[in-house]
Amino acid sequence: MFDGLDALLLARIQFAFTVSFHFFFPAFTIGLASYLAVLEGLWLKTGKGLYLDLFKYWVKIFAITFAMGVVSGIVMSYQFGTNWSVFSDLAGPVIGPLMAYEVLTAFFLEAGFLGVMLFGMNKVGKKLHFAATLMVALGTFVSAFWILSVNSWMQTPVGFEMGANGQFMPGESWLAIIFNPSFPYRLVHTVLAAYLTTAFVVGGVGAWHLLYDKANMHARKMFSMAMWMAAIVAPIQIVAGDMHGLNTLEHQPQKVMAMEGHYESHPDGAPLYLFGIPNDEEQRLDYAVGIPKLSSLILKHDLDAPLAGLDTIPDDEQPPVFMVFWAFRIMIAIGTAMMAVGVWSLLARWRGKLYEWRWLHRAALVMGPSGFLAVLCGWITTEVGRQPYVIYGLLRTADAASPLAAPAVATSLLAFILVYFAVFGAGVWYILHLMHKAPHVGELGAKRGDKGPIRTAGITPGPTQDPTDATTRDLSGTKREPEERP
Amino acid sequence: MSPEINIDLTMIWAFIIAFAVFAYVVMDGFDLGIGILFPTFDPGRERDRAMNSIAPVWDGNETWLVLGGGGLFAAFPLAYAVILPATYPLIIAMLLGLVFRGVAFEYRWRDPSHRAFWDGAFTLGSLVAAMAQGMTLGALLQGIEVEGRAYAGSWFDWLTPYTLLTGLGTVAGYALLGATWLIWKLDGDAQAHARKLAKRAAWATLALMGAVSVYNVLLNTDYAARWLTAPEIYFAAPVPILTAVVAIAMLRALKTDRHSKPFWLALLLFFFGMAGLGVTIWPNVVPPDVTIWDAAAPERSQVFMLVGVAITMPLIIAYTAWAYWVFRGKVDDEGYH
Repeated sequence: MFDGLDALLLARIQFAFTVSFHFFFPAFTIGLASYLAVLEGLWLKTGKGLYLDLFKYWVKIFAITFAMGVVSGIVMSYQFGTNWSVFSDLAGPVIGPLMAYEVLTAFFLEAGFLGVMLFGMNKVGKKLHFAATLMVALGTFVSAFWILSVNSWMQTPVGFEMGANGQFMPGESWLAIIFNPSFPYRLVHTVLAAYLTTAFVVGGVGAWHLLYDKANMHARKMFSMAMWMAAIVAPIQIVAGDMHGLNTLEHQPQKVMAMEGHYESHPDGAPLYLFGIPNDEEQRLDYAVGIPKLSSLILKHDLDAPLAGLDTIPDDEQPPVFMVFWAFRIMIAIGTAMMAVGVWSLLARWRGKLYEWRWLHRAALVMGPSGFLAVLCGWITTEVGRQPYVIYGLLRTADAASPLAAPAVATSLLAFILVYFAVFGAGVWYILHLMHKAPHVGELGAKRGDKGPIRTAGITPGPTQDPTDATTRDLSGTKREPEERP
Repeated sequence: MSPEINIDLTMIWAFIIAFAVFAYVVMDGFDLGIGILFPTFDPGRERDRAMNSIAPVWDGNETWLVLGGGGLFAAFPLAYAVILPATYPLIIAMLLGLVFRGVAFEYRWRDPSHRAFWDGAFTLGSLVAAMAQGMTLGALLQGIEVEGRAYAGSWFDWLTPYTLLTGLGTVAGYALLGATWLIWKLDGDAQAHARKLAKRAAWATLALMGAVSVYNVLLNTDYAARWLTAPEIYFAAPVPILTAVVAIAMLRALKTDRHSKPFWLALLLFFFGMAGLGVTIWPNVVPPDVTIWDAAAPERSQVFMLVGVAITMPLIIAYTAWAYWVFRGKVDDEGYH
C-alpha cells in the first residue's frame, strides 16, 4: 500500500493522521466541558429541570468523546519517542517539562474528577458534583494551555541555550519559554475555535430537533444558547485570527507568504488572492483571481505597503504552498459563514422568529460539523506552513525522525488507519445515534446499567419500572432491552 | 551546576519515574487484569458489575502511564529516545490495545446488539496491552544496543524467549491484581469465581516471577554478581525473602473469606517485584550502558519539574483517593450513577 514512500514521509503521514484524528476530540470536549459546567450551574441557580435534562443529554455524548480523546491522546504522548526520537532527545529538556506539567495539572485533574462527574451525582451531592464538573472543564483548558505552549515554542523557539551534546537546554527563564511569542495568540485562537466548534455542534443538534418539533423546549434552549455563542464568539474569533496572522507575519513570514499564495514580491501593494492553483515547481500561482492591494491592507494596514514573496526565500526553506493556501481559505470561509449564521440568528431573535425560521435551522444544521473542518484546516495551515522545520529555523523535520525502517512505519501506519477508522467511526456513529434522539424531560445521563434508578451499595434490587426508561425487567431480575435482537 | 546537586536530582527523578511506573502497573494493572479475565464471567450481570467496578477510575489509572512516558521524556529524554524505537512494534501494539480497551468502556453500553463484540475488544485490547508492556520490560532488562545517542540494534531484538516470559508474567500478574480487586468489589457467586481465578493467577504469577528471576541471573553476569556475591547480596537478599513471605500470606488469605486483604498483598507483591527490578538494573536506565546520569535532562529542567511535582502530586493523590472513596464498597448491581 505504501510502496515507494520513505520512512520519513511515512512517519510524517502517521503523525499527521494520528494528531488530526486526536485533535477533533479535544476541539469538542474543551467547549463541551464548559457548556456542561454552564448547564449545571444554571440548574443549581434556577432549579429548572430543563437545564439538568440538557446536562444529562450532553454528558452522555461527552463521555464517549472524552474516551476517544484519551485513547488517541496516549498515542500522541508516545509517538514523539517512537517516531521522532531524535527530536525527543534534542528537545526533551525544553518541551518535556511543559508536557509533564500538562499531565500533572490537566490530565490527572480531568481523569480524577471525570468518574465523579459521570457517575457520582447521587453519591456526592449537587455542589460537590458541580465542583467536579468545573474541575473537568478547568482540566480541558489547562491541557490546551500547556500543549499549545509546546507547539508554539516549536513554532517560535526562544529562551533556550544549545548544549554541548546538541540538545536544546532551557535558559534562565521558564516564563520566556512558556510565554513564547506566538503562544498567547495561538492559545486564544485555538480555545475560541474549540468553543465555536462546540457551539455549532450544539446548535446543529438543536436545529435538527427544531426541524422535527419546533415546540421542543429542550431543543429551543440549546439552539438559543448556541446561537448566542455564534453571534458573540465568531466575530471575536475573526479579530483574534487576524492578530494571530499578524504575529505569524512577524515571526514566520514564509508561512504567511504560503497562506497568501505570494510567490512573487509586491513592492507597492500585494493582492489578496481569492482563488488560484499554487505551482511550487514554477513558483507561481496559476489561474489566480485576486483583489489588488487588499492583502497589504489586511497585513500592513496600508494599501501600498510592500510585501516580500517566496522569491526571497531559498527553495529548500519554503513550505509546500498548495496545502497551506487552500487550508487557510477553507478555514476563512467557514469562519465567515459562522459569523453570518450568528448575525442571522440575531435578526431572527430580534424579530421573535428564532424558533420559526426553518431556513435558519437548516443552515445551522449544515454548519453543525463545520467547526471540525475549520479546526483541521487551521491546524494544517500552521503545521504545514512551518515546514521544512519541526523546530522553526533550527531543526529540520527530516533530521528529527527515529532510525526506523520504512516497512515498520508502513505497518504501524496501516494499523492506525484501520483501527482509527473502525473504532472512532463506531464512536461517531454512537454519538450521532444519541444526537438523533430528541432531548426530553427526565434524561438519564451516563448510565452504566440497563436500568435507571440509583441504589446503595451491595443491595440487590427487586423488579422496578421506570416510566422514563425504555428498558424492561422481568421478575427474575434479568434485563431485557427492546433493541436486543430476538 | 554543581555535580553533587545534579546527582541528587537525577536520583530523585529516577525514583519519581519508578513511582509513576509502579502506580501505573498496579492501578491500570487491575483494570487490564479484569479485561483479561472478562470472558470467564457470565455475560450480563457479572460482567456489568465487573466493568462498573472500574468504570469511574480507569481513566485516572491510565493517566499514570502518560506520566511515566511523559516523565521519562522530560527527565531522561535520551532513554525515551532509545527505548521507544527499540521496542517500536510493542509500543504500537500496546497503544492500539489500549484504544480498544478504553473505548469498550463506553461502547458496550451504547450498542447492546454488538455488546459481545466490544466485550471481546475489551479482553483482547487488555491482553495485548499487558503482554506488550511485559515484553517491553523484558526487552529493556535484557539490554538495548546503543550507538551515539540512538538505538543501534536490529528490528526483532525485542522478541526473545526471555521477553515472552516477562510478557506472560505481566499478564499473570495483572490477572492476579484484577481477580483480587474483584474479590473486594463483588459478592456472591461472582466473588467466589474471582477467588478461584485469583488462586490460579497467584500460582502462575509466582511461577513466572521465579522463572524470570532465574533467567535474570543466568542472562547476565552483571546481574548475577549483583544478586549472588557479597556485599551486594546483603542489600539484594531481603527482596526475594520478603517476596516469598508476601506470597505465602496471599495464598493463605485467598483460602479465607477476607475481602480486601488479597488485593493489598498483591500490591505488595508487585512492589517487591519492582524493587527487585530496581536492584537488577540500578544505576542504568537503559541497560547495559546508559546510566540515569547519562540520560538525565539538565538541572534546570529537573528543578522546574520537581517544583511542579512537589505542588501537584499531594493534590493528585488526595483527589484520586477521594474519587476511590466516593465509589467505595461493593459495586452497585446497576452500576454507578
